[in-house]
Amino acid sequence: MDNKDNNKESNGRNSRRKKFYLSEFLAEYIIKSVSFISFAIIILIFIFVFREAIPVFFQQSKTSSSEEFLQSETYGEEESTTESATNSPEQKTENSHNLETSGAGGEATISNLTGDEWQPVSSEPKYGLLPLFVGSFNVTIVSIIIAAPLAILAAIFSTFFAPRKLKEVIKPVIELLAGFPSVVVGFFALMTIASLCQQLFGYTYRLNAFIGGLALSLAVIPIIYTVTEDALSAIPKYFTEASYALGATKWQTAFKVVVPAATPGIFAALLLGVGRAFGETMIVLMATGNAAQMTFNIFNPVRTMSATIGAEMAEVVFGDVHYGVLFLIGALLFIFTFTLNAIAEFYVRNKLMKKFGGD
Amino acid sequence: MKNKIIGNAAVVVSGLATLLIIAVLVYMLTEIIINGRNYLTWEFLTQSPTEGMTAGGIFPAIVGTVLLVLIMSILGVPIGTITALYLSEYAKKNSVFTKLTRFAVNTLAGVPSIVFGLFGLGFFVQFIGGGMDKVFSAPDQVVWAQPSILWASATMAFLTIPVVIVSVEEALRSVPQDYRAAGLALGATKWQTIRKVVLPNSISGILTGTILAIGRGAGEVAPILFTGAAYFLPHLPKKLSDQFMNLGYHIYIMATQSTDVEATKGIQYATVAILLLVTFTLNFAAVTIRFRIRKKRIT
Repeated sequence: MDNKDNNKESNGRNSRRKKFYLSEFLAEYIIKSVSFISFAIIILIFIFVFREAIPVFFQQSKTSSSEEFLQSETYGEEESTTESATNSPEQKTENSHNLETSGAGGEATISNLTGDEWQPVSSEPKYGLLPLFVGSFNVTIVSIIIAAPLAILAAIFSTFFAPRKLKEVIKPVIELLAGFPSVVVGFFALMTIASLCQQLFGYTYRLNAFIGGLALSLAVIPIIYTVTEDALSAIPKYFTEASYALGATKWQTAFKVVVPAATPGIFAALLLGVGRAFGETMIVLMATGNAAQMTFNIFNPVRTMSATIGAEMAEVVFGDVHYGVLFLIGALLFIFTFTLNAIAEFYVRNKLMKKFGGD
Repeated sequence: MKNKIIGNAAVVVSGLATLLIIAVLVYMLTEIIINGRNYLTWEFLTQSPTEGMTAGGIFPAIVGTVLLVLIMSILGVPIGTITALYLSEYAKKNSVFTKLTRFAVNTLAGVPSIVFGLFGLGFFVQFIGGGMDKVFSAPDQVVWAQPSILWASATMAFLTIPVVIVSVEEALRSVPQDYRAAGLALGATKWQTIRKVVLPNSISGILTGTILAIGRGAGEVAPILFTGAAYFLPHLPKKLSDQFMNLGYHIYIMATQSTDVEATKGIQYATVAILLLVTFTLNFAAVTIRFRIRKKRIT
């Protein structure tokens, strides 16, 4: 009897609990569905950036309407080029060039998109993305070449050589650098670094790919530093201890044991740095001179993909070809950084997992 | 002997690299403060720009930035916190959904801010705003389908969600497992334990996340370039569908499109100093709180 009663009681408790489980169930599923939002945002970005970009490929040239807003757009173009008087001679040569080679303009055909001229606001609009890509490429390369050695060395220094007290200063200071808004870095490059470097190196154009890359490296250093530092300190203690036990010195341990073991992490740091540099807008918008030209001379002004969106989007007409092409550039940027992030994540996870087993 | 030389060289070279980074930072800060200090007055903070932005203060830009981060936090912090709650408390480590969410968060953190701007324009302004206009507004009247502070804040909220998630999750994980076990042992259900034990113990983490997100949101310009920031407005924003002025955007405009860059140089540096002050104070606060959390976890 007693047992039965007990059973009943526990059954009762169970059923009471079951009622409770309803709220549990609700809580869990509400939380789960809210956490789905992050994924949904990614999907939405995909859909809505591509949605505006895709009509580009199906659009016929609407000459009558494009003539109408030509006026306002020219105004916009002027506004965005005032920041660098340097690119006006370049523009002129490009214009005369344009008159000679008046081919199939207006439409954003594949051949037009892969052309080497970016002139969205002329009577024969040209949407060649190549100069923009080359601009982004130049600036990114410069910034990585400057930032990578500095950041990696700094990470090595603060992991191995710096005394504890000093380490506690270095980390927050570099985190402080990460907290610099990019518009401030761009501003500083425009106002101070540009003039300083021109005096130092004596090149013609005050704003150019080199200045943009230099300024970008300030934004990239904290990323590379942080990820590299994480990778270095994630190496198990027994690696370093084994190395010391074999009689290796501190720098030998650092450079011959820990750094090679952390290579996947450092590689990921570089990839993330490239992603940041490629997508960064405000710095390059303010510091590269914004002349869309095909050049591999880093002391010439360039215009990057991201800066093009930033400078021209405010002046285009919704639904126009130019508008669609800008979204197309955005889509390309998104795909590029998305790929880099995916590689960084999967490559590192697989490599490190294999190396140290588990996580 | 040779080893010793290489060893010393390694220390010196890597030390110099570190020093260089810090030196550049210090140089930037001093340059900004020296050039802007004469303009940092009370009037500068409380007045509107006058004479075509060549004189006066930055009051509307400060108000606009504050409103932006406020609305952004209201929209973004709950989503970030709940996602972190899921990842830390409910997620099964190897389930597809968990992996997908983590991947999405990491990806989101790496999406260029200008792409968020495009997304805000395509999704919020045109799709949502356009839809709202069809339903709520009189025909041919555009209220929501244009750049506004609401859409800029929403875009910024999406941008800062990963920041919130990362720091809240860290705080949640720093709550000892014993606390959860004790809660469950006392007969509390999982949700009760989370609500009454885990969350109260990670309030500071949620605060850190919010502060970091605000610091980020206050400084970003690219996402709001075409989702709501305005060059100059005579009035402060009164409705959610109004445009607004913003500190970062103000700096960008003044530095690149002002009629007389030299004359406004001091004002520009002062504006930069204010923006830096805001973001640094926020970041510093976040770092301090986080440091205290980490300390608590160790003891």
